Amino acid sequence: MKGVITVVGKDKVGIIGKVCTLLSEENVNILDISQTILQGYFNMMMIVDLGATETEFTQIVDKLSELGKNIEVDIKLQHEDIFNSMHRI
Amino acid sequence: MISRYEVQETNRMIQEANLDIRTITMGISLMDCITDDMNKLCDNVYDKITKRAEKLVSTGEDISKKYGIPIVNKRISVTPIALIGGATKSSSYVPIAKALDRAAQTVGVNFIGGFSALVHKGCSNADTVLMESIPEALDVTSNVCSSLNVGTTRTGINMDAVKRVGELIRETSLRTADRDGIGCAKFVVFCNAPEDNPFMAGAFHGVGEREAVINVGISGPGVVKKALEAVKGQDFESVCEAIKKTAFKITRTGQMVAREASRLLDTPFGIIDLSLAPTPAVGDSIAEILEEMGLEMTGAPGTTAALAILNDCVKKGGVMASSFVGGLSGAFIPVSEDHAMIRAAEKGALTLEKLEAMTCVCSVGLDMIAIPGDTSAATISGIIADEMAIGMINAKTTAVRIIPVQGKRVGDQVEFGGLLGYAPIMPVNNYKCDAFIARGGRIPAPIHSFKN
Repeated sequence: MKGVITVVGKDKVGIIGKVCTLLSEENVNILDISQTILQGYFNMMMIVDLGATETEFTQIVDKLSELGKNIEVDIKLQHEDIFNSMHRI
Repeated sequence: MISRYEVQETNRMIQEANLDIRTITMGISLMDCITDDMNKLCDNVYDKITKRAEKLVSTGEDISKKYGIPIVNKRISVTPIALIGGATKSSSYVPIAKALDRAAQTVGVNFIGGFSALVHKGCSNADTVLMESIPEALDVTSNVCSSLNVGTTRTGINMDAVKRVGELIRETSLRTADRDGIGCAKFVVFCNAPEDNPFMAGAFHGVGEREAVINVGISGPGVVKKALEAVKGQDFESVCEAIKKTAFKITRTGQMVAREASRLLDTPFGIIDLSLAPTPAVGDSIAEILEEMGLEMTGAPGTTAALAILNDCVKKGGVMASSFVGGLSGAFIPVSEDHAMIRAAEKGALTLEKLEAMTCVCSVGLDMIAIPGDTSAATISGIIADEMAIGMINAKTTAVRIIPVQGKRVGDQVEFGGLLGYAPIMPVNNYKCDAFIARGGRIPAPIHSFKN
């Protein structure tokens, strides 16, 4: 099962590090990362594989959202099918 | 692989343009609840609904979290209660309405639809009991929605029912006068009612439906408006293409949610209802779309044409995106639930007569319109008869959800709260139609040829 993680917020040290640490703890594999800084705003998208994790998808959504609150950025994890259904026939 | 642009586009639709799934509605057949004992019947109804829909709300919330898209309402529709209650020989079906209300509260849905009767050709004894129970049922329950089908293109219009409905709406308004006539906001009268509509207040689980089914209503007027902002000043071909593409994307999301809900709830997928449903929030409005097309205010000349384009293009874009389309499928124009519609009504740009014209080209009808509390029952019946005639002749669904508000006059405002919004009291034509409505009987089925 693949998911898409988006992180948006004011740039600061350690955002990627903290997100990746959490994913590693949950045994979630990162397949692709792209990241830009636009006018001081951090904007990252990750495609991740959740095939090996034992944690429920929705619990990882909550954990990432919680981490986002702590480091003051918006972190979302969404199942890839919402994008596939909208953009692929 | 999904691109950053595509992810951003989807998430902008959700965050900035209020894209959501408006409702997951579970249709449940109550046919096997029928018994001649009223108490037993109510227990059967309560037990069946609470068992079948036990996980509806939590499943909806899980799907919402998994895909990161809001699912605003989780609802239930049931077999028209007039078909269930007959065997009891009871003189009131209010106890069944209360059982439905309790079931809705137990499973946590905000509305349950189906306190309904199909009387387009005539009323059985049970239909009459149901109709007479409507004012009290809507007064003593909070989550129950009621509807009547009083006409179809194939059978004509039951004018006896239309006459009585005008009186029932007045009674409901009086009974719920302390709540600004809220009972009337939970009651719809239809011509050509669809049996698989997931939207309230008119949802019921039709007799041609299976045991249980998942129907999903999409939304997203804000997304369509954003798409139109990108083609400002361009010709109608560009307008239509922009709407179609957007409707396709919105509907694909709805289809995915419907399939997932169907799988998780182990209940077959029924249909996607391709309706653009507004909310009172700014940026979630049908009227804003019409104004984006180039109207100074909704109600201006050109409004009906603009709405026709919108409605048709939403269908063209949406139909290919879903394997089954049904329900009402069109743009809704509920006055109190659309801030730009409210503004147009307040300014006098949008009148009851213009709204009636608009219902010729879109779903569904005169919806969430507040009128003075002293409007006579015959006048309400006259308004309903006009709307039913439009549906009957044009072979489309039309409906009336109209709220006489006691103690209020034209220009006053009424607040219904939440998704039901607020509305100005709109003026009603003062000339009488009493003698017309008093005739009673049936309007015969229309001819289906010589279309002009």
